Amino acid sequence: MSGYIELSYLDLALAALLLLFNAGLSLLLGLRLEGRMLLAALRMTVQLLLVGLVLQTLFNFVSLWLTALVALVMALFAGREILARQEHRLAGWWGYGIGSSTMLVAGMVVTMLALNGPLRPDPWYDPRYAIPLFGMILGNAMTGISLGLDSLTSLARQERAGIEAQLILGMSRWRAMRPVAQRALRTGFTPMLNSMAAAGVVFLPGMMTGQILAGVVPEQAVKYQILLLFLIAGATGLGILTAIMASVWRLTDDRHRLRLDRLR
Amino acid sequence: MLRVDDLHRPGLGPLSFHIDEGECLALTGPSGAGKSLLLRAIVDLDPNQGRITAAARPRDSVPAPEWRRLVAYLPAESGWWMDRVGDHMPDGQAARELLDGLGFADPDAVLSGLVGQLSSGERQRLALARGLLGTARVLLLDEPTSALDPENCALVEALLRARLAAGVSVLLVSHDVAQVARLAARGLRLEQGQLVAGS
Repeated sequence: MSGYIELSYLDLALAALLLLFNAGLSLLLGLRLEGRMLLAALRMTVQLLLVGLVLQTLFNFVSLWLTALVALVMALFAGREILARQEHRLAGWWGYGIGSSTMLVAGMVVTMLALNGPLRPDPWYDPRYAIPLFGMILGNAMTGISLGLDSLTSLARQERAGIEAQLILGMSRWRAMRPVAQRALRTGFTPMLNSMAAAGVVFLPGMMTGQILAGVVPEQAVKYQILLLFLIAGATGLGILTAIMASVWRLTDDRHRLRLDRLR
Repeated sequence: MLRVDDLHRPGLGPLSFHIDEGECLALTGPSGAGKSLLLRAIVDLDPNQGRITAAARPRDSVPAPEWRRLVAYLPAESGWWMDRVGDHMPDGQAARELLDGLGFADPDAVLSGLVGQLSSGERQRLALARGLLGTARVLLLDEPTSALDPENCALVEALLRARLAAGVSVLLVSHDVAQVARLAARGLRLEQGQLVAGS
């Protein structure tokens, strides 16, 4: 009941025919997506093949520093992605810094917790566990953080009169930003809550499906998936909270002013 | 009283003036002259430089939230952050009396109502009430009666006179020449961010 079916490059080429079908459809209907479609497919293939090489190398060496370096690079990319998904971002290095650092801290804390609690690989930083875990946590927390931050900055602009009305009445910046911060937090938490509610009913989560294809018995695959969803929830909560608090701090100043001039 | 010395920010000043205890000083000038910028600078809502003292307390030595309770600012556009009117002000006897004096026949109904259902005149009077509920010694009023009919306008003016008699200093921005004549003995004129001859 273990073992999996190995794939050859010919198998992939056959599957790629489906994409050609899509491109043909785009040509036929005048969608003008065929160029972007082929480019995206090419990027995906090259990126994943490279990641495969990197992972293989990492697994051969099992080095703490190499693993940490790869994790850092992943968090930096996630920070860039968070920035790109915001309509009004904090000017200067702040927008990028808040996204990347909260991702790194939240992802690290939760991954460490998993590696030293339920999983306990030997050594604890074994990249075969650490990197995929960190990657999945990062990817999901990133969605929540970028949604939350995007909502915070848009709301701060939109609700400027209401925020300043509170400041004028002598409330602190934290108090005045609270209604807006609460709405942003709620927005950030939504995708994670939805995916927990729909898991197994509306869709089969990717990691569990992958493990089942690789020959793991469903009972174990499901346990891994549940663990992962809890880890994602923890990292998302930690990440959103710190990212929103840091942004509220940066969007206001020590004289309790709303500083929309720090957005661009 | 309020004393402003060498106040400046981009597009404004430097300017100096003072308002005595119980005095109403009118601030006039064309649109875009910087009247609102000046009021915002006094309550420290935008970065600015200068020495300001209110009720013998220098602004630098007072935390910003406390400063804004001492110097109350009423912007031309009022801001609201909750759905219910009553969530924007302490719901006590003082609020009821103030609303009564501002022409609200049923203060309880107003407080439990929704902000979205208020007329612009009601919003304006409620924002004034909200600002007056505190312990401010200085009032900065930006067009406080622009959306009011003559009756309600007279109520607001009566209320302001009572505050002036109690020693509160008022800086009044108004396009209503008759109102300025009724309330203020002295005026400042702002043009392109600079004070020109007072009247």
